[in-house]
Amino acid sequence: MTQAHIVSRVRVQRRSASAWLDHHLRWVFPLPTVLVLLVFTVLPLLFNLILSTQDRSVSSALPSRFVGLGNYAQAFSDPRFWNATWLMTAFALIAVPCQMLLGLGLAALLNRPLPIQGLIRSLVLLPMIATPMAIGLIWALMMNPDLGVLNYLLEQVGLPRSLWVADPKLAIPALALIDIWQWTPLVALILLAGLQSMPEEPFEAARIDGASGAQVFRFVTWPLLQPAVFAALTLRLIDALKTFDIIEVITQGGPGTSSETLNVYTFHTGFEFLKVGYTAALLTLLLLVVGAVAVGVNLLRRSR
Amino acid sequence: MSTLSPRVYSARRSSTKSRRRTTEILLAVILTLALLVLLFPFVWMVLVSLHNQAQNTSAVPAWFFVPTLENYRAVIVGNNFLQFTANSLVVAVSATAIGLVLGVPAAYAIARFKQRGLALWILVSRIIPYITFLLPWFLVFSQLKLIGSFTALITTHLIITLPLVVWVSSAFFEDIPLDLEEAGQVDGLTRAGAFVRITLPLVTPGLVTAAILAFIFSWNQFLFSLILGGPNTKTVPVAVFNFISYGSVNFGGIAAASVLITLPVVLLALLVQRYIVRGLTAGGLKG
Repeated sequence: MTQAHIVSRVRVQRRSASAWLDHHLRWVFPLPTVLVLLVFTVLPLLFNLILSTQDRSVSSALPSRFVGLGNYAQAFSDPRFWNATWLMTAFALIAVPCQMLLGLGLAALLNRPLPIQGLIRSLVLLPMIATPMAIGLIWALMMNPDLGVLNYLLEQVGLPRSLWVADPKLAIPALALIDIWQWTPLVALILLAGLQSMPEEPFEAARIDGASGAQVFRFVTWPLLQPAVFAALTLRLIDALKTFDIIEVITQGGPGTSSETLNVYTFHTGFEFLKVGYTAALLTLLLLVVGAVAVGVNLLRRSR
Repeated sequence: MSTLSPRVYSARRSSTKSRRRTTEILLAVILTLALLVLLFPFVWMVLVSLHNQAQNTSAVPAWFFVPTLENYRAVIVGNNFLQFTANSLVVAVSATAIGLVLGVPAAYAIARFKQRGLALWILVSRIIPYITFLLPWFLVFSQLKLIGSFTALITTHLIITLPLVVWVSSAFFEDIPLDLEEAGQVDGLTRAGAFVRITLPLVTPGLVTAAILAFIFSWNQFLFSLILGGPNTKTVPVAVFNFISYGSVNFGGIAAASVLITLPVVLLALLVQRYIVRGLTAGGLKG
């Protein structure tokens, strides 16, 4: 074969290879991402399901034993599981409605011509972008019953001091307060984006009809804002149920188990007590709750 | 700015000028108070980090004082902070880089071929609690003797960076008109060639944005590094967590460490602030 032959054959091969790539771009390009997600998310979920049917512990040398739904039955008769489920629900039920209301207010305040608007927008981003670990630490300092600045401020305005997260009754509300502080700006920015993408016409029509400010909000702004409201609500509900960093950093679920949400409880059974099978069952239940909420909010939105 | 029409409020046409002015002032005061509440913890964090030990153990907080850098010196010199920062950088930079290499072609495919299935799974993986993946990962990495290795941290942080890269950059690809690629193909480029030569350079700003966001979320990650990290791979959040759990009530040190973890993230966030909400919602805003 001559040199020219080889060169042209290589060219043909290269051309056919790139033609093949062009033809199959549709699935070749996403393939690496699909594989990674498969290996690191889908397979672990399946593995988790299998583990949840086994009696297995990291610390024990005994081989794992199939127990069917035994771990789930154990969860349903475990008072700590019910406590954790209740605390998770309470945390979300305190935090999310407050975030939605305050977020709507903040969005309305930001949806006006403002001086130093750019700076204000940047400042509002800080709570949601700062390292959650640091946020947990600084709030733990501020809520310190003896030396924390919050108690000092309470005293200055004539209110009694509080134990904050050190009080079993207040632990969940106090942690929810931090969550409200951290995530209200995100809700506000989502709703603000919704406010600013609204068409002009309905507002002009309402104005011509002589609607009051309250009527415009009730009959024009609020219906048009529904997609943004549901987006923010879905996101916050799911993330509030999953909250981990702040709680683990500040209270580790304490005092006692008074702030041990389901996420934190599974973390403790899994990585402190090393009860693998039981933890896997708890994780499946947690996933079911979060998934059900995500689907539920979506159905609610569709029904509107 | 054109986006800021005050239409919600302009409906109150009957109000007099002075009443409107009072409302304006009232709203400005409320907004200022809201911003104060949002910023106070950060201001307090910086103040405490500059206090000396006596100021931090007094019941009355010191608002005006001569600042000391002693807390920062103690954290950086006394706690191996630079080593932990290097570990965090290795993990976040690697996970971001791999996330870009793997995720950008996928983002392109989602934007061009409307691959709903993949987009949906990325959204679903955003909903699933991370802790659900962590237990299986922990068992497998234990078997592979990889607990405490950078491999374990980087591959798992990929679950944060990859979906984020795909999600954020696919939006940028959608903005590039298909005509440009078709013109390239007419000029003899292959479809893949047009992607590399024409589309990629045009979306570079978008890729930088995606990379910065991915880096931030990897840097902030606490749970994975807590369980899968080891003495030689400890990232900053875990190092600081250990630092407090050894029972120290050193307010100044804790605050200084908090400032040091947060500062890089805040500076980076300012560069990409328009996209942070999109990064945090990752699909929640669509559909």
